[in-house]
Amino acid sequence: MRRIAAILLLVIVAVGISRSLVKIPFGAPKKKVATHYINEGVKETGSANIVTSVVVNYRGFDTLGEVTVLFIAAVGLGAVLTRSGGKETRPIEPASLILSTGCKVLFPLILVFGSYIFIHGHLTPGGGFQGGAIIASGFLLIYLGCRAGRISPEASKVAESSGGLVFILIGLLGLLFGGHFLSNFLPKGTVNTLFSAGIIPIIYIAIGFKVGSELAGIIDNLIEES
Amino acid sequence: MIFVVSFLVALMLVGAVAASVFKDLISAVIAAALVSLVAAILFYLLAAPDVAMAEASIGAALTAAIFIIAIRRTKRYEE
Repeated sequence: MRRIAAILLLVIVAVGISRSLVKIPFGAPKKKVATHYINEGVKETGSANIVTSVVVNYRGFDTLGEVTVLFIAAVGLGAVLTRSGGKETRPIEPASLILSTGCKVLFPLILVFGSYIFIHGHLTPGGGFQGGAIIASGFLLIYLGCRAGRISPEASKVAESSGGLVFILIGLLGLLFGGHFLSNFLPKGTVNTLFSAGIIPIIYIAIGFKVGSELAGIIDNLIEES
Repeated sequence: MIFVVSFLVALMLVGAVAASVFKDLISAVIAAALVSLVAAILFYLLAAPDVAMAEASIGAALTAAIFIIAIRRTKRYEE
């Protein structure tokens, strides 16, 4: 009975979605705002990657909210899972030589790749969220493969808080110099060079640190618990 | 192009159905990660590399890892 109800519900949802989406033509001509972003975005923000210019510049306040949601999720998980003082009782068997050596070789490469993704967020695809997730997957590799050390929670907290603080400070400086919160008050520079697009790379580096340390902290909490 | 995309969409459907049918939860998580991975390839083919990167790193890697860590604490097989 429950199975039939579930299938019926799924069919209703599928019909509803398809009936509402079928009217929208695929790849329709862009509307006013999208056309403005595509035609003027590079000139207005100095960022070669238009997606980044929308995420960090035009819709920067939304991104601040997104980062806050992630922060609240990480803090909530930490509050639920953190044990009060108990040390890990289960003995951890050491990983084999091949596994631990492979981890140690791969880990710095993953870190460099993640940093590259978020430092070059205004030039190439990617940005703070993607780079942070890649860095967190590097820490996941260390936890699963080497089982040697843990990142210290203090360092993680410092990286996370300074990322958030830099984001908000840049926003407030924009309020001071540019007239509105998160306005791009720094010089735009030449498009397609590393030091261009004003505040965008600074904010994306801050987001990269914040997201990376938050996701690594989530994994740390979960593994410590299990 | 249309054949590649159709094949990938079919692969995603197979993965999604497998994820809901499997009784072994670890296999179900792997199937769900496959859906995310193919979705990332599709995003890349449809000229959205930013989304593809986020989908591949979060959907395929981190979510699967978090699910597997959670399953290790509970039961592996569904009754």
